[in-house]
Amino acid sequence: MNESINKTIGVAFCVCLICSLVVSFSAVSLRDLQNENKLNDKRIKILQAADIYNPDEEIKDQFLKLETKFVNFETGKLMDTYMDFSLEEYDPILATRDSNLSSKVPTSEDIAVIKNRENIGKIFILRNDDYSINKLILPIRGYGLWGTLYGYISIENDFNTIAGIEFYDHKETPGLGAEVDNPKWKNLWAGKEIYQNGEVSLSVIKGKVDNNDKDAQYEIDGLSGATITSRGVTNMIAYWFGESGYSKLFKELNYES
Amino acid sequence: MNLKRYKEVVLKPLIDENPITLQILGICSALAVTNNLSVTLVMCVAVISVISFSNLFISIIRNYIPSSIRIIVQMTIIASLVIVVDELLKAYDYETSKKLSVFVGLIITNCIVMGRAEAFAMKEKPLLSFFDGLGNGIGYSIILIGVAVIRELFGSGTLFGYEILPLVSNGGWYMGNNLLLLPPSSFIIIGLFIWAIRSIKSAQIENDEFEIKPHSTVPDLTKREINV
Repeated sequence: MNESINKTIGVAFCVCLICSLVVSFSAVSLRDLQNENKLNDKRIKILQAADIYNPDEEIKDQFLKLETKFVNFETGKLMDTYMDFSLEEYDPILATRDSNLSSKVPTSEDIAVIKNRENIGKIFILRNDDYSINKLILPIRGYGLWGTLYGYISIENDFNTIAGIEFYDHKETPGLGAEVDNPKWKNLWAGKEIYQNGEVSLSVIKGKVDNNDKDAQYEIDGLSGATITSRGVTNMIAYWFGESGYSKLFKELNYES
Repeated sequence: MNLKRYKEVVLKPLIDENPITLQILGICSALAVTNNLSVTLVMCVAVISVISFSNLFISIIRNYIPSSIRIIVQMTIIASLVIVVDELLKAYDYETSKKLSVFVGLIITNCIVMGRAEAFAMKEKPLLSFFDGLGNGIGYSIILIGVAVIRELFGSGTLFGYEILPLVSNGGWYMGNNLLLLPPSSFIIIGLFIWAIRSIKSAQIENDEFEIKPHSTVPDLTKREINV
């Protein structure tokens, strides 16, 4: 009886129906929670990069301390509006998949293997009480060994000194390249300087930084066993603080103040 | 209810019929998720629940499944359960789910799940099948946790992320073994486990499928009289 065609089709249909109901129910009912997790995860990284994260406080409330702005990479100007996008919901990474919202990075300039860069970025500003800028938190990304590393870097108001760095997504080897998440390594970044005579000089070197070296403030200890990841991070810094990255924004902000 | 039988299906897969060390199933995921103990534990819980419930549901409908499409029906049920587990992880343990990434989805291809469905759940009663899944899941977990302890402790000098052996790179004395951080090291560790278990439980040693004959030798012509 079990083997008749009708029975076979009937059983297949019922199993598929029930399974699809279960799957879609779980996907739909958990979606809000998942989206919030994703958002909070990024927000925590932004707050950590700015070094103002407090695990005991509601993330949403802490995030209110930061001001979100659009930034035009062509002109370096900050903007409050961009098409119909809201500041909260605009996702620069998503924009890189739309040819109207992004532009191809020429291969010769594409040191960090970004391929497409969004026309309009999104940055976060931490203000002092007198409304002057305290820190900027800037999204950066670039290719490591196995995939693209996504992170945030925060800069002091001299637009040269680093305040902190965090990666929220990467595919590097645990224990080797994934040591970019090691707090001890991330702590090395604070106080380092990016520009030397107007050129991006900050790099992750091989081995340990010799503190007596005259370039020590432009150097970060390499990650042992992760040469390619270290090089990827260096390239990322070179790209995002170069001409096609945030350097125009810094000029614009310096001009303003 | 035969309690003895229940006890047997739960306890046997732990060592005597361990799915990894005896049946050599499901080792693919043992490679990928064992470099960090806390991630491994989450993976184990996910696998245990998928095996148990897939066994339960498949056993409930076992008498209605036409044999011509039984594999695809099993797969559909297993895949649905895996998706549900993945969604739950993303909602309630986002950090770990990020680290496990595709490997939760790959539970679908874990041969233990399919193996138990086909070998046990298709023949036995639902509750018994559920416990069989539980036993096999735990058997799988024991090996995985063993591998993870070795890999995390001697690879990164930590357990559950807490520093046990201070690494040279952090100013300590222990030089981490980088091989243990890479997936192939699990093969070696699992191999050592199998060796250890089979040395103690000699019943698990398989008979050779063929015997190697001793080398043939060239006859010593100098000592033989040659008739021309």
